[in-house]
Amino acid sequence: MTEFFINIGYLIAAILFIFGLKGLTHPRTAVRGNLLGACGMLLAIVITLTDQRIVGFEVIIAGVILGAAIGAVLALKIEMTAMPELVALFNGFGGIASVLVAGAALIESTLGGGSSFVQTTVATAASGLIGAVTFWGSLVAFGKLKGIISENAMLFSGQQVINAALALIALALSAGVVMDPTNVLLYWALVTVASILGVLLVIPIGGADMPVVVALLNSYSGLAAAATGFVLSNNVLIITGSLVGASGLILTNIMCKAMNRSLTNVLFGVLAPTGGGASADEVYAGRVKSASPEEVALLFDAARRVAIVPGYGMAVSQAQHPVANLASLLTDRGIQVEYAVHPVAGRMPGHMNVLLAEADVPYESLKDMDDINPYIDQIDVALIIGANDVVNPMARTDPTSPIAGMPIIDVDKAKTVVIIKRSLSPGFAGIPNPLFALDNSLMLFGDGKKMVLDIITALKEA
Amino acid sequence: MELLISGITIFVLAIFVGFEIITKIPPTLHTPLMSGSNAISGITLVGAILSAGAQQTVLTTTLGFLAVVFATLNVVGGFMVTNRMLEMFKKKS
Repeated sequence: MTEFFINIGYLIAAILFIFGLKGLTHPRTAVRGNLLGACGMLLAIVITLTDQRIVGFEVIIAGVILGAAIGAVLALKIEMTAMPELVALFNGFGGIASVLVAGAALIESTLGGGSSFVQTTVATAASGLIGAVTFWGSLVAFGKLKGIISENAMLFSGQQVINAALALIALALSAGVVMDPTNVLLYWALVTVASILGVLLVIPIGGADMPVVVALLNSYSGLAAAATGFVLSNNVLIITGSLVGASGLILTNIMCKAMNRSLTNVLFGVLAPTGGGASADEVYAGRVKSASPEEVALLFDAARRVAIVPGYGMAVSQAQHPVANLASLLTDRGIQVEYAVHPVAGRMPGHMNVLLAEADVPYESLKDMDDINPYIDQIDVALIIGANDVVNPMARTDPTSPIAGMPIIDVDKAKTVVIIKRSLSPGFAGIPNPLFALDNSLMLFGDGKKMVLDIITALKEA
Repeated sequence: MELLISGITIFVLAIFVGFEIITKIPPTLHTPLMSGSNAISGITLVGAILSAGAQQTVLTTTLGFLAVVFATLNVVGGFMVTNRMLEMFKKKS
């Protein structure tokens, strides 16, 4: 096929990607949107296979079969609760693919003997740098989400200095690649340094900040693809890479806003109690009331409007199905049930929504924080399951608190609050939660899933 | 130079298109958005296919092969898992 038709085909593929993303603006059109994107990808691949430079297909076919098989198994087998891990892993694979493609292109250009264009070498260095940071950063994020690596923030002295030094070395090596593209070793040195940098950048970030990290790495994987597009002078890579880069950046920004923190603070800062503020004993002493599942069931029986506020704890105890059963039981009794989802609840953007969708919760009853807060005082019972910092009223009341100014779901304004929690241990921010000691709060101590099942039993018996 | 300028033009314009569309996506669909955009970032497969197919040296072919594996994994896994999630949202709407 001529260059002309190849480029027209790539243009159509890019248009399909854009329409595909546009489809994701509503659940009704989203499945079709995803299919459009897949069609675009298939078109781009088929066109590429007609390229004159290809002398043999056996290596390509072997690679496609292997990759497709692993990808399909992962996609079909993965538990919905493990979705953050999978997305982190896929981000990383996108990054490493860019590293490998740019590396191969660099070697091929040295074979030709001709001098490379500066833009090509700059883009090669960028692919190697961003791709390697994405790959290793994603692997660390995967390890943290999976629990292979400690989820806690790992800090050591001189961390910033080491990172800064590594970043400088990486930039120097990038300059080296640009000035002497024939020296392929410089490229692999750059990739190695960028790999170490990727590990060190993500290691210090704690579990609850993972939504930001996963979104940011998503953006990087797009930028790496765009950089590879500049290496190959291929517009469809540039367009697609920028779309994904923009998408990741928007999500990163939304996540940061939802925590009232800057990106720099999430990546390099430490979320630590400022020393001031009340201790757990002062906040809780004598004021925390605990309830039994039967008492909570009675509360529900008398309620007209119920809001369920899920957090990461719901994912950990796999409680989404019992929660949905409880909600439909209440709905059957004429009680209006809604879900209030905080943007950073869980370990990735939209994590809670996917789990609830898995449990057949209707899309319409999933409410964003900003939608439900204005009328939360009309809610008779707010049931908190596995959420802590995102419902801590200290974010509003105590300007010295580490979460000061973070937008929260104002459940403390609901008529009654029931909190399912194992103990009074603090959440990720490490601070006590005065919500647990409010007059209208009841603690239901225990495992999330078991407690919800107990409430259901009590409701049925009553 | 001309190639670079047109490349940068496309890059910048595509970022604007991305911002316009993606800001309209509701928070509920943010996880499928991530996995779906992830799948399309596997477009690097196009470059990987060229390296694996041109077979200039053993090294470039090997690099190309590995890139094909990772990029295909990204594409196939990404689209399939996104579809699985979106079907769950769809059946109740």
